[in-house]
Amino acid sequence: MQPTSRAFKENAQRALGDANLQKALGMMRTGFPAKRAAVVARLPEFDALREQGKAIKDHVLANLDLYLEIFEQNVVARGGQVHWCRTPQEARETVLAICRRLDAKTVTKGKSMIGEEIALNDYLEQNGVTPVETDLGEYIIQIRKERPSHIIVPAMHLVKEQIADSFRQTHKDLDPARPLGEASTLVAEARTVLRKRFFAAEVGITGANFCVAETGSTVIVTNEGNGDLTQSLTKAHIVMASLEKLVPTLEDLSTLLRLLARSATGQEFSTYTTLSTGPRRPDDTDGPAEYHVVFLDNGRSAVIGTEFQDMLRCIRCGACMNHCPVYGVVGGHAYGWVYPGPMGAVLTPTLIGVDEAGHLPNASTFCGRCESVCPMKIPLPRMMRHWREREFQRKLSPPPHRYALRAWAFVAARPPLYRFATTLMSRVLGWVGAPRGRFRSLPLAGGWTRGRDLPAPQGRSFMSLWAERRKRSA
Amino acid sequence: MSEARGQILGAIRRSLKRGPLDEPERAAVAARLAAHERNLVPARAASLDHRGQVDLFQRMAEEVQATLVRVTSAAEVPAAVADYLSLHNLPSRLVVTPDPQLDDIPWSARPMLEVRRGRAEEADQVGVTACFAGVAETGTLMLLSGPQSPTRNNLLPDTHIVVLRREQVAASYEEGWSRLRAARRGADGSLDLPRTVNFITGPSRTADIEQRVEVGVHGPRRLHILLIDDGASS
Amino acid sequence: MSAPPIRVGLFVTCLVDFFRPSVGFAAVKLLEAAGCAVEVPPTQTCCGQPAYNSGDKADAKAIARQVIDAFEAFDYVVAPSGSCGGMIRQHYLALFADEPALHRRAQHLAERTYELISFLTDVLKLDRVEARYDGVATYHDSCSGLRELGVKEQPRKLLRSVAGLRLEELPGAEICCGFGGTFCIKYPAISDRMVADKAADIAATGADTLLAGDMGCLLNMAGKLTRLGKKVRVRHVAEVLAGMAGETPPIGAAAERS
Repeated sequence: MQPTSRAFKENAQRALGDANLQKALGMMRTGFPAKRAAVVARLPEFDALREQGKAIKDHVLANLDLYLEIFEQNVVARGGQVHWCRTPQEARETVLAICRRLDAKTVTKGKSMIGEEIALNDYLEQNGVTPVETDLGEYIIQIRKERPSHIIVPAMHLVKEQIADSFRQTHKDLDPARPLGEASTLVAEARTVLRKRFFAAEVGITGANFCVAETGSTVIVTNEGNGDLTQSLTKAHIVMASLEKLVPTLEDLSTLLRLLARSATGQEFSTYTTLSTGPRRPDDTDGPAEYHVVFLDNGRSAVIGTEFQDMLRCIRCGACMNHCPVYGVVGGHAYGWVYPGPMGAVLTPTLIGVDEAGHLPNASTFCGRCESVCPMKIPLPRMMRHWREREFQRKLSPPPHRYALRAWAFVAARPPLYRFATTLMSRVLGWVGAPRGRFRSLPLAGGWTRGRDLPAPQGRSFMSLWAERRKRSA
Repeated sequence: MSEARGQILGAIRRSLKRGPLDEPERAAVAARLAAHERNLVPARAASLDHRGQVDLFQRMAEEVQATLVRVTSAAEVPAAVADYLSLHNLPSRLVVTPDPQLDDIPWSARPMLEVRRGRAEEADQVGVTACFAGVAETGTLMLLSGPQSPTRNNLLPDTHIVVLRREQVAASYEEGWSRLRAARRGADGSLDLPRTVNFITGPSRTADIEQRVEVGVHGPRRLHILLIDDGASS
Repeated sequence: MSAPPIRVGLFVTCLVDFFRPSVGFAAVKLLEAAGCAVEVPPTQTCCGQPAYNSGDKADAKAIARQVIDAFEAFDYVVAPSGSCGGMIRQHYLALFADEPALHRRAQHLAERTYELISFLTDVLKLDRVEARYDGVATYHDSCSGLRELGVKEQPRKLLRSVAGLRLEELPGAEICCGFGGTFCIKYPAISDRMVADKAADIAATGADTLLAGDMGCLLNMAGKLTRLGKKVRVRHVAEVLAGMAGETPPIGAAAERS
């Protein structure tokens, strides 16, 4: 998918004026933070678990090569296959090859951010395989030909009416006059339509929240059960996973699972948490005959050992974007690619380059709310600042901003010059602004004054007044 | 493929500024895996006695819209199922997994119930399964796939009834894993997991539409738990 | 024989220095009333945050070195700002992580540096002030003060001791107002929307006064409130706690004609 991250400002502007989106975002802003806070309050050990989760992931990253090997051994020992893909193209080709070998016409899909990252659906369609998204939110955006705007709730940007319209336009064999005003009727319709697709598919593709090295198991976490139907009813189960999904043991998995649902949706535990280990066993009466784990690198190995390594602890809960005041007013599409919000701001430049994604780590006030709710204690603002350092070194920010900043720094490093400038300017602006106490407009401050006044300075600088006071009392 | 594998592993090692781990380092990782130690287990369930854990399991399951009824023996299960079905106006045709844990249920005590033992099919509306454990911490059921417990029986029927025995209630997920490790030791002493381990907490739901919770999306819209509790202390 | 007064170096901050010196004088009054001897090193200019958050480490370091030099001699360094306090207390250490000598000095400075209100309560153990303010006030938690320095309960505790003042909790008090330093210049439309939401929350409390501990947030919120025609008086919390609210007009308001 072509990123539009370069156009973040324009995307954001459009988003601010999109009434449906704003209504949807309003629901998110009041919903998720409250739910998360409530469920965290019920678990006194939550913060201690965050520390442990961080330690587990840091340990895995320091030994990632070995854990991947052990995982692979265990997958193979149980009759599964592991595929290693350096790039999106290799991953796409790997998946297509399996589908072709099995003569797959349709594949059902559970939600997979890796699938989005490699633009798998478009590729399969171009090659004669029809992918059917089964997560309700993913299904909705698939029929609308949109991208997910949130990593947990992909259709979060839509209101009910938009979804009903899309169902009417797509489910043509149903009565056009049927009532679709309630979410329950939309859900019931999706269930009926998709149930048929589950049975028809030859291959089921899911993501993986975690890969357990000890057992060679992959884990998915859903509320709908779609991932389970996707992987149980077909000839083959393909798991798309990026390298850093490894965890050592089932006990380590349990620790991380305690953090995931609470952080993502404010639930104690997701409805369906499922471990898949190999294909069906010889005497099983259901389950896929083949089990494939497709590992994608796509730049993760290069992030290890850099100042961005901590980002690889991410368990894709979405808490950061749920709490981000910027995401909360512009939504996910503004970020222009697969991963939005604070985690997207850090991760996206590692995957598609800071030239393309430079706006993302800049569009933050560093309020720190994301880091405060991240279950893996990822220092998101710090890493956004590291991106800004790289952009500064490469002179990627707009020249007027750069010159203004250098000018400020030049003056601030020279106290006598600074004193002179501030004493003068505070007097001038204070005098001009005195009648009203504020400026409705000011040269060079158009961005600010378009929407708000600029309060006038009091007319003397503190340092000059203090110097006077000291002279008087001397 | 092995070229990609080698390159990826090599890239990871280069980033970590080292070659492959040496023997002591590999042994340390292997030891960590073999020990599979528990991390912090919250006190919520672990601090309770077993009776308290069973009560907690019920409260947590009911919080997420599962329903739970206690019976005192397997003999009472057919009546409890029949009552539940008529309460919700559900058909009296059931698919029951061939799970040996359900063999002692005298279905003939309720002749109105049409019981088929087997794998669930598309047309099945009500399914009955057993389970491996119930995790008190979050009211979560732990179910294993197997020749006599196909995974699809947990997901296809609109109504899922689970027979849970009091002894199966465990405090935590870690306790569930310990029991599974003990029950399923493979030939080489390692854990022999089945194809699927399902942790199920309440009925299927979504909040994808305006963040309103709706049940019965793809999995069952009803999860009913029959807890066989003979009232004896642990 | 009483102990010598605690020597405090006031880091007045660039925004207070330029826009609102009365905040600096309120800080001095509060500190002196609590028994401190306050000095204001004349070579201070800025904490270096604008450069630091723009990725310009070199300039940030140059300005930080200046601050370290200027404030070496004091028992404590106090700033009427969570963001400048946080910059000095936390980010200077990261800035000089690769320069051991400066890192040691930055460490020494960080240990002695506090945001004003939390200094009064946590170090000087103040639990009340002698001040009067007639009105209903609501308080906005500036992000850096809250999340970097743990400033939350302290201003509320002191405000509750102000005679005549009723405190109305602000819904979403912990949500960013949209200032963000360079953010409001780079992304003005998003910033404007964030402060509009904040203004709506403020108006919904029915308070006649808005207080906070950071000039950046205050300029931003005051500017939005006046543009919207809202009659909310905006001040730095230090002004109210020092009993000096009667001496100057609120932020963004003209001097009243007497």
